[in-house]
Amino acid sequence: MSPEIVWLIAEATLDTLRMVAIAIACATLAGVPLGVFLATSGRGELFAAPLFNRIIGFVVNATRSTPFIILVVAIIPLTRLVAGTSIGTSAAIVPLSIAAAPFIARLVETAIREVDHGLVEAARAMGASPLQIVRKVLLPEAIPAIALSLTLAVVSLIGYSAMVGAVGGGGLGDLGIRYGYQRFMPDVMAAVVVVLIVLVQGVQSIGDTLSRRLNKRIRQR
Amino acid sequence: MNIQTPLFKPTALAAQTADAIIRFEAVHKAFPARQGGAAVTALEQIDLDVDRGSIVGVIGRSGAGKSTLIRLANGLEKPTGGRVIVDGVEVSALPEPALRDVRRSIGMIFQHFNLLSSRTAFDNVALPLEVAGVGKAAIKARVEPLLELVGLTDKRDRYPAELSGGQKQRIGIARALATEPKVLLSDEATSALDPETTQSILDLLASINRELGLTILLITHEMSVIRRIAQKVAVLEAGRVVEQGDVFDIFTRPAHATTRSFLGSATGRALPPSVARRLSADVQPGSQALVRIVFRGHFASEPVLAQLSRERGIEANLVAGQIDEVAGKPFGILNVALPAADATLASALDYLRQRDFDVEILGYVT
Repeated sequence: MSPEIVWLIAEATLDTLRMVAIAIACATLAGVPLGVFLATSGRGELFAAPLFNRIIGFVVNATRSTPFIILVVAIIPLTRLVAGTSIGTSAAIVPLSIAAAPFIARLVETAIREVDHGLVEAARAMGASPLQIVRKVLLPEAIPAIALSLTLAVVSLIGYSAMVGAVGGGGLGDLGIRYGYQRFMPDVMAAVVVVLIVLVQGVQSIGDTLSRRLNKRIRQR
Repeated sequence: MNIQTPLFKPTALAAQTADAIIRFEAVHKAFPARQGGAAVTALEQIDLDVDRGSIVGVIGRSGAGKSTLIRLANGLEKPTGGRVIVDGVEVSALPEPALRDVRRSIGMIFQHFNLLSSRTAFDNVALPLEVAGVGKAAIKARVEPLLELVGLTDKRDRYPAELSGGQKQRIGIARALATEPKVLLSDEATSALDPETTQSILDLLASINRELGLTILLITHEMSVIRRIAQKVAVLEAGRVVEQGDVFDIFTRPAHATTRSFLGSATGRALPPSVARRLSADVQPGSQALVRIVFRGHFASEPVLAQLSRERGIEANLVAGQIDEVAGKPFGILNVALPAADATLASALDYLRQRDFDVEILGYVT
């Protein structure tokens, strides 16, 4: 492999990391509050708003059931509005964020629903307000599960980011398609896949370790 | 025969004034119907007073409504009828935001402790203070003495997962006391603990009651818990209070069948299975009358069977029994076999009744 190709792969890896990092940050910012809302707004819950809960739930489901590649194309006008362009690495961040946010919302919802209801009752009994219950009980108790969820989301986004290569998104996927597939360079294709595997492995290990550290339910050594 | 020496010191009655700090007035609670089902009535016509500084126990089987009852006291549940008044405030009429302030003066402990796994012992005890907006320094000044009170100063930086059940409940108690409440609600606080740990937690609760003058309302399904620390008891059955009064009276003269079944083996009231099998309602040739003698108060220390033999020449054969202490007073039950001959039996019963024992013929055994 020529030095230029190695350089291209390094550059593409950084592009992928940048896309995924910014997209996951945006998606987390939107997804965590959405997940908390979904978990606490059902009938008889802390912020009971069953109708709103259903509407948000529907939007989340609709976004999640749209195939990613269709989503990318469908929201091009929005992408132009936000990123100023519809091709390139920056443009890819928009659909990536929008695809990941509802995914994270559902994972956070599950993590929060897993928190023992007795803790909520104890907090109510000590006079905590619903907001205090979320801040001081639900989120801290759900943090280990949320860390695992975010890991899952990052791994999925790495996969999605390879797909935005198909629409000129830049990054490893783009490199793989343009050099590996269109120019018949199997070694580039293989290198891209190897880098992706290493990335995913690394993210998963970091996530697992982090979640284990955060989880005080298991005795630490 | 099973004679237990008292394992505990009599609970000194805290200075009691007659005013009720918690009062349930004609309380009714029904849960709305779920799809396809009928509304469920959890509590009906509950009248119950908890005197300031006392320990009151509510005993009932699961499903009797005791969890609902205790949750009415801090407004976690709203009654569908009647009033719940705590320290002069009608909690049953308060909206949720106002209830939050009231709840800070009512501590609560739970069967499964409900400690936050993500917080250390110290931070768990600090939580109610954080919720109340108390500053960091003041929190430290309050939490440390509480950890000392429950004997867990050395565990302050441990997470609940690193503590035993009894230690977790101690942290739960410290947490409940953090906001200096006037009332402590105990929801089956010892039901998940082994007998020894139960004893130590009950001792702790009794000493808190004594030293801090804290009123305790506890619910349980174990008579032994009531006997050890409560002064008054209410027996709950299918949403109604079927019997209530002083613990000693209820233990020694239970009126309701539910109460009797709760007392069962706890007080020597239950017969050994081999005897119970042979018990029949009719006199047969050669059979003896099985008589239950209940000793209340100071009579429990009299050698009554020996006296019966000496003064009337009637030999009583001891079958089963227990001498113990309830709410600090001696109390015993002896099940004895007496000669079934009419005149002898009548003479023996007469002798016992004269001495103010409760006597009951259970049946006849061969």
